[in-house]
Amino acid sequence: MPETTSNTNEHALLRRMLRIRRIEEALAKRYAEQEMRCPMHLCIGQEATAVGVTAALKKDDHVFSGHRAHGHYLAKGGDLTRMIAELYGRVTGCCEGRGGSMHLIDQAAGFMGSTPIVGGTVPVAVGAAWASTLRNEGRVIALFFGDGCFEEGVLHESMNFAALHQLPILFVCENNDYAVYTALGDRQPQRPIHGIAAAHGLQTSNLDGNDVRAVQTAAAEATQRARSGEGPQFLELHTWRWREHCGPDIDDQLGYRSPEAQAAWLARCPIQREQEHLRGQKLLTETELHNMERNIQQEIDIAFDTAISAPLPPVENMHRHLHAQ
Amino acid sequence: MPSKSSLKAEQTTNSREQSGAEALNDALALCLERDPSTLLIGEGVPDPMGIFGTTTGLRDRFGAERVLDMPLSENGLTGICIGAAISGLRPIMVHQRIDFALLAMDQLVNNAAKWRYMFAGQASVPLVVRCIVGRGWGQGPQHAQSLQSLFAHIPGLKVVMPVFPDDAKGMLCAAVADDDPVIFIEHRWIHPVRGEVPDGYFETPLGKARVRREGRHITIAAFSFMTIEALHAARALANLGIEAEVIDMRSVSPLDVPTVLRSVAKTGHLLVADTGHQSFGVAGELISRVVRQGFDHLTAAPVSVTLPDLPCPTSHVWAAHYYPTAVDIAEQALRQCGISIGEAEHRELEKLLPTTPPDIPNPDYRGPF
Ligand SMILES: Cc1ncc(C[n+]2csc(CCOP(=O)(O)OP(=O)(O)O)c2C)c(N)n1
Ligand SMILES: [Mg+2]
Repeated sequence: MPETTSNTNEHALLRRMLRIRRIEEALAKRYAEQEMRCPMHLCIGQEATAVGVTAALKKDDHVFSGHRAHGHYLAKGGDLTRMIAELYGRVTGCCEGRGGSMHLIDQAAGFMGSTPIVGGTVPVAVGAAWASTLRNEGRVIALFFGDGCFEEGVLHESMNFAALHQLPILFVCENNDYAVYTALGDRQPQRPIHGIAAAHGLQTSNLDGNDVRAVQTAAAEATQRARSGEGPQFLELHTWRWREHCGPDIDDQLGYRSPEAQAAWLARCPIQREQEHLRGQKLLTETELHNMERNIQQEIDIAFDTAISAPLPPVENMHRHLHAQ
Repeated sequence: MPSKSSLKAEQTTNSREQSGAEALNDALALCLERDPSTLLIGEGVPDPMGIFGTTTGLRDRFGAERVLDMPLSENGLTGICIGAAISGLRPIMVHQRIDFALLAMDQLVNNAAKWRYMFAGQASVPLVVRCIVGRGWGQGPQHAQSLQSLFAHIPGLKVVMPVFPDDAKGMLCAAVADDDPVIFIEHRWIHPVRGEVPDGYFETPLGKARVRREGRHITIAAFSFMTIEALHAARALANLGIEAEVIDMRSVSPLDVPTVLRSVAKTGHLLVADTGHQSFGVAGELISRVVRQGFDHLTAAPVSVTLPDLPCPTSHVWAAHYYPTAVDIAEQALRQCGISIGEAEHRELEKLLPTTPPDIPNPDYRGPF
């Protein structure tokens, strides 16, 4: 069956999530070869936030992210081969090998940068929204960050300024209940994160981040409001990281998360749920799913081959790009 | 809890072999045990990884009130710890990367460093900030910086960088006992370094360098992990007839210039090796002081071996070119001593080439950090 059949609009959300999942599973598998020599934070289990939000954006809208950025980069249309090449430290990587997994960029796709200092890109994204307003570009900025980032002072300074100037930005908080091994309850008092954003004067939504359709709908409404001058928007999306904080493996044997919570969240797999939704609507056949998987696998195989066969950066390149010219 | 005086009197004649991480863990336990006003706080302190093993088990022993995690709020929490410190507590903060301490620069520079001075000595800030320097496995531009010169530039901050486990333990105890703020910088690669460590509580004075190897031809003054590289280099140099004196500086501020001057008076040659960048750095500062105070001792212009003036690039190909090693030190030392690199020198230098990839600390290492 041709690719177009499994990429109809009804299938688009499923396909994008499945693609991110399979890409990250491939990264996890090949990480053991010790050829991707950089820290790597996988978003397996959290694909719906990236896909749902970016599905509500236009191509010209911009996205910023942090350390766990593969999904955001890919969902916004970031080049897959250049991302894999970056993880392998190749000269064809999106940062020419300077960044690795924690530093991604594809400006042509509107993915403007991700960096691993928690909160680092938050004010930068607000600055981009400010520029969009001052330059009358009609562009909306989407900024992804975690529940841990909500504790950084700079986030609150940034929300304050964004609200003051009614800037066109979506603050997207992926609340997966943990920062590394530390539970939200050990870091923040009992009160909703989105409530604080509302107190800063942002319009907020609070929803299941593993329901891709709900995320897309909420993001579409928020984007619409931001674009029409109603100011900054805040989405709190509840989700769950399946793998270890950093690296390819599962780390639940360490005992920092309850097995019940883990099981409950695994049962709420965003991809499984979207498949069930489509099947229930008679919009997805086994053949279509099979073809989707096969197409994705082919793309991944080619991307890895291309990325790995590219050269490592020449030594002297280390000195480039410190200043203009 | 034993009384302060009984612990002070405790003899430290026995010793054992330990890793740097184990020695730091012991030091923290002893400080927490000795003084109930001591607190240990940082992102990940009580978690299963225990800050690379340096805080493992401490919450169980000393309780959740004194050994605790913190929100991702580096600047706010630094200020909160300063407030606790001027109010009778002795907080020890930990940052898993020194890069995260950059978020706390306002509190460290404007408050911690100046509180005593600007209030005419009426209050003090007994705060220790442990900062770990990342290296290897593609830590990259924002997770591998070595920022000692930035902190050392600020009057009022003490900045120390132990290398060997005995110093890590004794200097951490001294830092906690110190009534002023101390930035305690641990290179990630000193955690696995093993050595003999005296048992029990003891303090190693801050601001004192330690001669790790004696020699009469050249002085190699090294900071942090570069001390290990310098000792490797010294062994190769010895095979070529050059006796290098290796000084582990241990402390950046105060800077122990007298120990270096004494050595240079003997050798006439100075090489300074630092883990930081070249420009406006610690190596340049030490050289400048030696030149100003000991110009007559020098028979050649001093040299330095440092990082280049570039952010740390991630790709592993660059690790060998970004990080200077024993080879660079030995090569520069030979030049300094006026020896041209011939065949014998080449052979010795080649033997120094690292046998493990330069982006990992040891051959058994499996990524990621
Ligand atoms: C300023 C700063 N502090 C600490 C860290 C170390 N760190 C990296 S990711 C992380 C947890 C982030 O948690 P969250 O924002 O919830 O994102 P998640 O990892 O759950 O996606 C921490 C503490 C950092 N990179 N930067
Ligand atoms: Mg989180």
